[in-house]
Amino acid sequence: MKIEILGTGCSKCNELEMNVKQAVAQSGKFVQIEKISDLQKIMEYGVMSTPGLVIDGIVKSTGRVLSTKDIVDLLI
Amino acid sequence: MWQESVNVLVYEWLQLPHGEKLSDALNFFIYDTVKILFLLTVIIYAVTLLRSYFSTEKVREYLSRRHEYTGNVLAALFGIITPFCSCSAIPLFLGFLQARIPLGVTFSYLISAPLNNEIAIAMLLTMFGWKVAALYIGFGILVAIIGGIVIGRLGLESEILIEVKPIEGEIRAENQVIAFKTRLSDAWNYTLDILRKIWLYVLIGVGAGAFIHGYVPTEFITSIAGGDNPFAVPLATLLGVPMYSNAAGVMPLIEVLTSKGMLMGTALSFMMAITALSLPEAMILKRVMSLKLIAIFFGTVTLGIMGVGYLFNTIL
Repeated sequence: MKIEILGTGCSKCNELEMNVKQAVAQSGKFVQIEKISDLQKIMEYGVMSTPGLVIDGIVKSTGRVLSTKDIVDLLI
Repeated sequence: MWQESVNVLVYEWLQLPHGEKLSDALNFFIYDTVKILFLLTVIIYAVTLLRSYFSTEKVREYLSRRHEYTGNVLAALFGIITPFCSCSAIPLFLGFLQARIPLGVTFSYLISAPLNNEIAIAMLLTMFGWKVAALYIGFGILVAIIGGIVIGRLGLESEILIEVKPIEGEIRAENQVIAFKTRLSDAWNYTLDILRKIWLYVLIGVGAGAFIHGYVPTEFITSIAGGDNPFAVPLATLLGVPMYSNAAGVMPLIEVLTSKGMLMGTALSFMMAITALSLPEAMILKRVMSLKLIAIFFGTVTLGIMGVGYLFNTIL
């Protein structure tokens, strides 16, 4: 499983990254986490409001900082 | 009712004497700040909750099927109801172009969205009432529409620094399913976030306003910001640019200034310059636009805002 966090370096993006890391630790799964700040790549996903959360190539959320619990639910 | 509670607190519990300058000032300060913060909380919460139903992705899908003019008008209107954060300005800008939305229409949105941010709207409603808020929003949309059309007409597509590959075929926005309970708590967290950022500015603003109210003579303000000074509007506009994100602190000041003779048009120019023209946003946009385009963008909006100020001062 691979999680990508799309963001251009705003504070919300960092918050989301923290929550993702916590959620992954809680779930105990083996997950690859990658932070994407390259604009072209963010564009390819069609995301316009950052932060974006992409799991295995599918955009799961845009413009929101998901809570740790929400992310855990997405991991199952 | 709230005024009575503050009276009890100041005059009975703290046992400060009635009618003295200091105790009355304290009374006014407590009354005003708590009232403002309470109203701000309610309005920001309501606006945020409402906006969670409109996503920029949906707006893009809708705008991609429009042409100039109608596109400009709609883009400016959408700027009111969609959430906007200057940190998303770049992905948004590129995303619009990707969907083959004309540059001018994109700019109409980019002018309108920060102008109609939730803090500015909440402050306006709280301090000035719905009439001034409506004027601000109405003229803000006008600036966004005209500014967008002008920029669109100048043929500046070559000034975009990043190559934008258009999306093939129909633009479709996925519907994100978010439970109502999540929306409520999201909006509440966001509101608290904003309050944490602005409460101090509000206090300082109201405090400074109270000071001006009590100590700065009306003639002084009228001579600078009143009808006799033809340069009041451009001066107010230029002063507003570096004050970005401090709408919360500046609005209480503007309220006092208008009550002391600052003309409403000048005040409107000042408010719009604070929200629409932000230097941090310009820095962010430098990654995707040439300096020339940014300068034209800022120049057009500045002229538009000054135009609103003069127009308003003349007709009123």
